[in-house]
Amino acid sequence: MLNKLTMLTCVALGFSATVIAETITIATVNNGDMITMKELSSDFEKKNPDIDLQWVTLEENILRQRVTTDVATKGGQYDVMTIGTYEVPIWGKQGWLTELDDLGEEYDEEDLLPAIRSGLSVNDKLYAAPFYGESSMVMYRKDLIEKAGLEMPTKPSWEFIRKAAKAMTDSDAGVYGICLRGKAGWGENIALITAMSNSFGARWFDENWKPQFNTPQWKDTLQYYVDIMTESGPAGASSNGFNENLALFQTGKCGMWIDATVAGAFVTNKKDSEVADKVGFAMAPDMGLGKRGNWLWAWTLAVPSSSEKSAAAMKFISWATSKEYLALVAKEKGWANVPPGTRTSLYANPEYLNAAPFAEITLASIESVDPKNPTVQPVPYVGVQFVAIPEFQGIGTAVGQQFAAALTGQMTVEQALASSQRLVERAMRKARYPK
Amino acid sequence: MATNNSNKSKIIYTALAWGISGMIFFPILWTLLTSFKTEAEAISANPSLFMFDWTLENYSDVLARSPYFNHFWNSVVISIGSSLLGLIIAIPAAWSMAFVQTKRTKHLLMWMLSTKMLPPVGVLIPIYLMFRDFSLLDTKLGLVIVMTLVNLPIMVWMLYTYFREIPHEILEASRMDGCSIGEEIFHVLLPLALPGIASTLLLNVILAWNEAFWTLILTAANAAPLTAFIASYSSPEGLFYAKLSAASVMAIVPILILGWFSQKQLVRGLSFGAVK
Repeated sequence: MLNKLTMLTCVALGFSATVIAETITIATVNNGDMITMKELSSDFEKKNPDIDLQWVTLEENILRQRVTTDVATKGGQYDVMTIGTYEVPIWGKQGWLTELDDLGEEYDEEDLLPAIRSGLSVNDKLYAAPFYGESSMVMYRKDLIEKAGLEMPTKPSWEFIRKAAKAMTDSDAGVYGICLRGKAGWGENIALITAMSNSFGARWFDENWKPQFNTPQWKDTLQYYVDIMTESGPAGASSNGFNENLALFQTGKCGMWIDATVAGAFVTNKKDSEVADKVGFAMAPDMGLGKRGNWLWAWTLAVPSSSEKSAAAMKFISWATSKEYLALVAKEKGWANVPPGTRTSLYANPEYLNAAPFAEITLASIESVDPKNPTVQPVPYVGVQFVAIPEFQGIGTAVGQQFAAALTGQMTVEQALASSQRLVERAMRKARYPK
Repeated sequence: MATNNSNKSKIIYTALAWGISGMIFFPILWTLLTSFKTEAEAISANPSLFMFDWTLENYSDVLARSPYFNHFWNSVVISIGSSLLGLIIAIPAAWSMAFVQTKRTKHLLMWMLSTKMLPPVGVLIPIYLMFRDFSLLDTKLGLVIVMTLVNLPIMVWMLYTYFREIPHEILEASRMDGCSIGEEIFHVLLPLALPGIASTLLLNVILAWNEAFWTLILTAANAAPLTAFIASYSSPEGLFYAKLSAASVMAIVPILILGWFSQKQLVRGLSFGAVK
């Protein structure tokens, strides 16, 4: 009788536990680190049996469209959203995100890299936790640069990069000296060229939100970009984004590639890269003006204010962005596969530094940028390779199309800049800047 | 001489038809082949058509990572549900437009069709808000409703043109024999227009199966169909071409099989009226 009662009680308890389990929906992007997080999330569910996880994995642009619609209309479809450093300051200011003020006592917030943390805070309040962070750097073929009789400095100048690109180009062998993003888009060629422009002393807007494409600094930036790509870039570069350049570099077709630091793990991965053991890394180039041409980006986890399960969502974010999670990934997948660019302690770990030859450059690159002071001259906006205003996606892509036209020769550099100036002026007038 | 010319043009037209068919089919073939390659082979600068190490790894990875059969079932329910619901509304609408015409019928038809010319994003926010307020977000019912509304103008237009082919006199004769409107539609009109109705149904199943704007925006984890399944393998930062190809093949194979088996019906229906 007693046994039966005990059994019934257990069943009832089990049933009630099932009933009260809260399901949180996580919207995330499709990339290697996020897939690993999904794979390892059983660890979180084991530690939190009262929380079930439901995943929505999407391509970056579709995800952006979907979560933006949901957060703006307070649809409440998602409890945890993966968003970038572009969205966080805008959404935080709009009151669309819940402040992350309950990440737990063991969550070491001070350990987050200051540059990344600063980009995710509004009025010193944290609105998103970084899952992985990246900057950009030069990836180059050590064998080809040696063959060209040159030596890559740790901190090269744009002038050296142009010289090296020319020397490494071997048209007969189908090797191009440099591969850069050419595909039009605010997250494509504009990310690269805006970051480049910072080092040339250019800026998108002056302190009164007046567009600056008519300045000599922008002329120098775009002229340099078009010239180096014409001299030493691959054919059809205006269609190349991250993936196309990654494929070119991994198959030995590029001497140098300036792009996201996260690519360091891909190009040194022996399974996929034909040049894995011939790759060297250097900081993004500069013009000696005090700013380098590297960007800052992080994929972060945030809780929309429309979520009714913010406590459970915050618990998950705390787990996924903790030091313990990094250790878990290291244990299951190896140190080279740990999500980079978020925590200072990771870069003090000798095991990680040993497994990731690009780690030091990544850290130095991230630390060298300041999203609040991205350029040589003062600016009224936040963001290194973007301007954190809602209008930027539209104007960024429109300007990207002008720059891509300059690259293909459909427009001259002057025409592309004049056209960009006109369209950005019009957009800013329409949006009633300065606000 | 005349026979020679006729033979020549036959050969040219046949070659042209094969060439165009090959061009249309080639991307599908390439996707299929890529789905059996490794990621490294998928991006190779010197890609091989058949001489590579064939692997099923992408399929097993995709099946392990995503609940394919949930997505598949959602696609089946949404596409068939919306097509059947659409037929229930479109048949009486097309009947009245074809047989009880007024001077505004043509304008009404044009207006219905013109809603297809509106970019869907133009009505995104009102629809999203309605779905939120009626708790239809991420539900199959919500998707069935929206897919019905999206494809209804095409269904009405297609059925209207099929019904117009049927002689009025047959329907008049049935009325004289004492048929009610319902009996006229069910016992006389529908059997006569069956090929057209079948092709309308099939075409709308295909349209709803492939729709990738509303199905991506209005769903999350529960009602997401195969379009969302494919989208989860695309990435601008990371090479997933082989896995993306495997996911694409898994998403298009069911509808290709349906199209293959029903092609006779589809062609017969399309040549019956609408596109004649």
